[in-house]
Amino acid sequence: MDLFPRSLRTLALVGAAAAALSACAHQAPPPVVPPGPPPAPPPPPAEPYQPPMSQPTGPIPGSVKDFVVSAGDRIYFGTNESTISPEGGAILDAQAQWLQRYPQVTVRIEGNADERGTREYNLALGARRAQAVKDYLAAHGVAASRITTISYGKEKPIDPGTGEEAWAHNRNGHTTITAGAVGGGSNEGAE
Amino acid sequence: MRLTKLTASAFILGALLVGGAPGLTPAVRAQPVEVDINKGTIQPLPIAIPAFSGTDPKTTELGAQIAQVVSADLGRSGFFRPLDPSTFVEKSLNVNINPNFPVWKQINAQALIDGQASLDADGRLRVVFRLWDVFNGTQLIGTELTASPDTYRRIAHKIADAVYKRMTGEDGYFDTHIVFVAEAGPKTHRVKRLAIMDQDGANPSYLTDGAHVIMTPRFASNDQEITYSDLSRDAAKVYVFNIETGRRETVGQFAGAMAFASRFSPDGSKIALTVERNGDSNLYLVDLHSGGTQKLTADRAINTSPSFSPDGGKIVFNSDRGGSPQIYVMNSDGTNIHRISFGSGRYTTPVWSPKGDLIAATRQTGNTFHIVVMNPDGSGERVITSSFLDEGPTWAPNGRVLMFSRETPGAGQRLWTVDVSGRNEHEVPYPGGATDPAWSPLLK
Repeated sequence: MDLFPRSLRTLALVGAAAAALSACAHQAPPPVVPPGPPPAPPPPPAEPYQPPMSQPTGPIPGSVKDFVVSAGDRIYFGTNESTISPEGGAILDAQAQWLQRYPQVTVRIEGNADERGTREYNLALGARRAQAVKDYLAAHGVAASRITTISYGKEKPIDPGTGEEAWAHNRNGHTTITAGAVGGGSNEGAE
Repeated sequence: MRLTKLTASAFILGALLVGGAPGLTPAVRAQPVEVDINKGTIQPLPIAIPAFSGTDPKTTELGAQIAQVVSADLGRSGFFRPLDPSTFVEKSLNVNINPNFPVWKQINAQALIDGQASLDADGRLRVVFRLWDVFNGTQLIGTELTASPDTYRRIAHKIADAVYKRMTGEDGYFDTHIVFVAEAGPKTHRVKRLAIMDQDGANPSYLTDGAHVIMTPRFASNDQEITYSDLSRDAAKVYVFNIETGRRETVGQFAGAMAFASRFSPDGSKIALTVERNGDSNLYLVDLHSGGTQKLTADRAINTSPSFSPDGGKIVFNSDRGGSPQIYVMNSDGTNIHRISFGSGRYTTPVWSPKGDLIAATRQTGNTFHIVVMNPDGSGERVITSSFLDEGPTWAPNGRVLMFSRETPGAGQRLWTVDVSGRNEHEVPYPGGATDPAWSPLLK
């Protein structure tokens, strides 16, 4: 009955440098949402995407960047909601078309929640959001076998702020390309 | 350091039979000093805890620190009011001589603890202490403990537990551990490690390296095993980690599904947890010996945060099957599911008290979070905290105190304690971000 056995000491790995949480480059901010029908959730406040002027030819077709720029890799949800809004549906339509064009690409849908809920419930809520995105893509021609889902709950916010604007950003479903894009790479951890 | 080898038999706690103890039959006795912890309002008992004496500079220093730890424990409990040592006439007492009671009465000390630290020939620390009823001039406790000198804080916690029990009639909760999630770094790149520390925030150590997000660690009733959830970029798994052996095992085989929100059954033989498939989260029971699994709920909804009643017969959990997150109770075989929370707002993270008399939970009303307690049938709900974000209560082993995590915008996340009455809020002095606390049983 050791209280603090030697084996525990060897496992007490101290070290704040956790390589696994590094993020990729900043991606397109959430799009401006036009005035929608009444049931639409509040749009995430954001600036419109500005196409990079220095690249008149645009991203390489089929690349991760092409997916992010031409389709958009993140949709937003209302508080405690997991239904796809019309704005989110438009982005998912573009994702589905893009994914049909590049059938070798596989994706992981990551469901995220804001911090205004408790950890375990929000993990389940994020899973429900990820599933809603997967179901939508599958219903629009993307084979379900190409799509995995995960929930990060409120563990991986993209906006560190406090308040409605930050929380709106953090309630989202993110589509991460896991393999098959032209030129390789991934938009993992993209914000 | 804290990770010293220390066997359960290392602590020797025995009643002292030392000459010079006061007579027990005074002609006229005042009302014996005691603390009634069930009264509506608590009058904290004034108690004097001078530095324990030593036999050399090292033991004198340890004696002073032990007195400080005992004083801090008893003061935080809310049932005692440790008196300012600068008012003491006798600065350090000889445990073999009766205290000079009149000088302690002068500063209105109702109880007095004196003690002495010394080193045995084999290097072990020996601490003798006595608890005195100042007004009656009687000894209430006379005990000695021995242990390795580097565990002097545990000696102090055991002394505080003995005093708490003698004065309140209930077990203490000071010689206990907290498992929790240590949080570091900015919100968008937070590192979350499994950590363990003493109940008062001392001696933290870290059990994972931060590569994965650690969530909701909980003790088994034997205080040697922890279950927790581990979130990586593409999986969520539940583990059991044995502190004694360092061995870590995955709980259950749920291929392609997320597993999280685990908790031991009271006998330690099973784990209740949440398994998410196709967007639905349901509760399962995993037998740790056979590996067999039993599905407890089958619902197109969220069912999570299971917590057993102390007798193992029931499970309280969180579900939004009725449209919003509320608290439900069922038999631990999944039958007789019924809702018990009916207040406004959203209820999550229910946890059954170790005495079985109450269920604590998180409740969100508007943009305010509360810790609440209610009877197991949902009646008698009381709101005991309110803030921007209070979450995830855990019970002290005596069912008198709750610890929870509180986020204050701009100031990060800290652990706090509060009496089940709602009084006596204290921040746990762990020097960093911390969430998801779980209280151990009293250590052996």
